[in-house]
Amino acid sequence: MANTTESNVPGDDVLEEPVPAMQQLLDNPFLLLFIGIAVPTVLYTIWGVMEIVNLPIAK
Amino acid sequence: MAVNRNFRTCPTTGLVFHEPAEKLMRWNAVVAVVALLIGGVLAIGVLLTRWQAVHLLQADLFYQFLTAHGLNMLVFWIIFFEMAILYFASSTLLRCRLATPGMAWVGFWLMVVGALLNNYAVLRGDSSVMFTSYAPMGAHPTFYAGLILFAVGALIACFVFFGTLVIAKAERTYHGSVPLVTFGAITAAIIAVFTIATGAIILIPTLLWSLGLIEHIDSLMYRTIWWGFGHSSQQINVAAHVSVWYAGAAVVFGAKPMSEKVSRTAFLLYIFFLQLASAHHLLADPGLTSNWKIFNTSYAMYLAVLASMVHGLTVPGSIEVAQRQKGFNNGLFEWLRKAPWGNAPFVAVFISIVGFGFLGGISGVMMGTEQLNLIIHNTLYVPGHFHATVVIGTTLAFMGLTYFLIPVLFRRKVAFGNMATWQAYIFGISMSGFSVFMMGAGTLGAPRRHWDISFAGNPFGYEFPATAWLMIALMGIFGVGALVGGAMYLAITVYSVFLGEKIQTPDFATVSAKRGMAPAPQPVAVGATGHGAGVGAWGMVAPGTFVLALVFLTSFVLYYFVNWKYLSTVWPLR
Ligand code: HEM
Ligand SMILES: [Cu+2]
Repeated sequence: MANTTESNVPGDDVLEEPVPAMQQLLDNPFLLLFIGIAVPTVLYTIWGVMEIVNLPIAK
Repeated sequence: MAVNRNFRTCPTTGLVFHEPAEKLMRWNAVVAVVALLIGGVLAIGVLLTRWQAVHLLQADLFYQFLTAHGLNMLVFWIIFFEMAILYFASSTLLRCRLATPGMAWVGFWLMVVGALLNNYAVLRGDSSVMFTSYAPMGAHPTFYAGLILFAVGALIACFVFFGTLVIAKAERTYHGSVPLVTFGAITAAIIAVFTIATGAIILIPTLLWSLGLIEHIDSLMYRTIWWGFGHSSQQINVAAHVSVWYAGAAVVFGAKPMSEKVSRTAFLLYIFFLQLASAHHLLADPGLTSNWKIFNTSYAMYLAVLASMVHGLTVPGSIEVAQRQKGFNNGLFEWLRKAPWGNAPFVAVFISIVGFGFLGGISGVMMGTEQLNLIIHNTLYVPGHFHATVVIGTTLAFMGLTYFLIPVLFRRKVAFGNMATWQAYIFGISMSGFSVFMMGAGTLGAPRRHWDISFAGNPFGYEFPATAWLMIALMGIFGVGALVGGAMYLAITVYSVFLGEKIQTPDFATVSAKRGMAPAPQPVAVGATGHGAGVGAWGMVAPGTFVLALVFLTSFVLYYFVNWKYLSTVWPLR
């Protein structure tokens, strides 16, 4: 079982075609980590907190 | 320090286990099941109190039970189990040694101590603040300290996971891109990092406040940041159980994803948008603008919902294709009729997909709409919805995974014959009924987290319609069924792991890999080769799934509009 596919799996250093940009993004967990933290931090947390901070104080 | 490079290849599945990673998976899974046991025992009290005909517990005990039920189930059971999944998806699926097992153990023990401390706080009786612990309602400092320790431990585990990805890449234990299931786990881990960081931002000041070191916690600020944690943690679950669906389809059917590209892009949509939906918990809160609410819940959330629908379509679709290739190619649904309805992991995953989509998904989109949210806000509809997502969706998927992992990880047979299959049916069907009737009672206005909706002995009461009472009684009956199903799971799992029949492996050996090299790559035992050739009907490879998707969309649209209609009667514009 082990040997049948081994030969035709290309090593990553012998790839001929350039890797598409989208795949490069998907293959980079740390870039994804950055996106996954930055997007909600800005759109949910910071935006939300700014709205609360800017509420006028009742007199 | 010497690096442990001992690996074991599972003789039945061909999966490769790194010795320290395997031990961590086992321990995390065992502690998870203990948390489920505790949460399940507490569920008896909670359920039998909400079932007004029984009304078991006194008020203070009810809220104490409810707090501990929420925490042990939603936080401890699910997250311990997810840690095991992260180690599996990185170390095992990439055939790579786990990064810094020592740190992983530090994380594990922090989580254990945190969970114990938090349970201690609730047990004291002065911290019945529900798992949301909304300030200014205060709990004992150990309540927050426990959660913080738990979160730090989980964060460490996430970084061990990312570290393992780095090692796998450096040591070339895989070629090209990581497997889809690992990619799903990456999504879960990314959401987890945001979740835990947000939790720390809010829980650390709250801890200081409970110690008297900070004067005041603004309640709206607390709620906004807390839900960045509370809601996002549910999205870790979604990403994790969707990965389990893909794994289930691969294991049971040898199914391959219909399109890696589409599935991965759907996970990417999760990374971008899923966490924003946290705002749906604040739709009835004053102070935040509709711009913020609607952007975060509608525009952004629908993209995440779209991703869930993609997963809900491609998993059954890949199963359909695999089944058709096996020869079940007649008509629209032969592949489904001839599915292994006696196979416990399959049944669990199948009910998980259907229940999550039809009950959890549709209700979630409805209540995530700012206007419609008013109909059901803070009613039993809400726990009805999330018992469909987090119990039918996540918990049941994890139960199915357990039946697959007991032989693989613990080398024991799943005990009691086909009781596991019955368990999946009983738990899945009862939980579905429970959720539906809970949502029904909620639609009629019955509140959540309410000890006594009869208001007996109170100067101001409210008469709920008789149908609401009926719904609650039905919820009680189906809830008991779910408790039976849960108990069966615990009995099967605990018995199998500790007393089950050992699986003998005569030529078993733990292999030590040389430095810088993982075991020789083998094709993962699961996964069919090539697909799409000559199967299907109507010019589609998976027409049955297409029809099911249309049924889903029709129910979705109908339900959505029925609720708009209902809104207009609840809140008439004259
Ligand atoms: C046999 C299984 C179960 C039964 C019968 C059950 C029953 C209940 C009931 C009756 C409530 C109270 C609703 C209210 O009064 O507002 C509740 C709340 C809750 N349950 Fe469960 N449950 C079960 C399993 C689970 C599981 C597996 C999870 C999570 C994975 C879970 C998570 C929760 C949460 C988070 C709450 C809300 C607590 C709160 O409002 O603070 N439950 N459950
Ligand atoms: Cu939520």
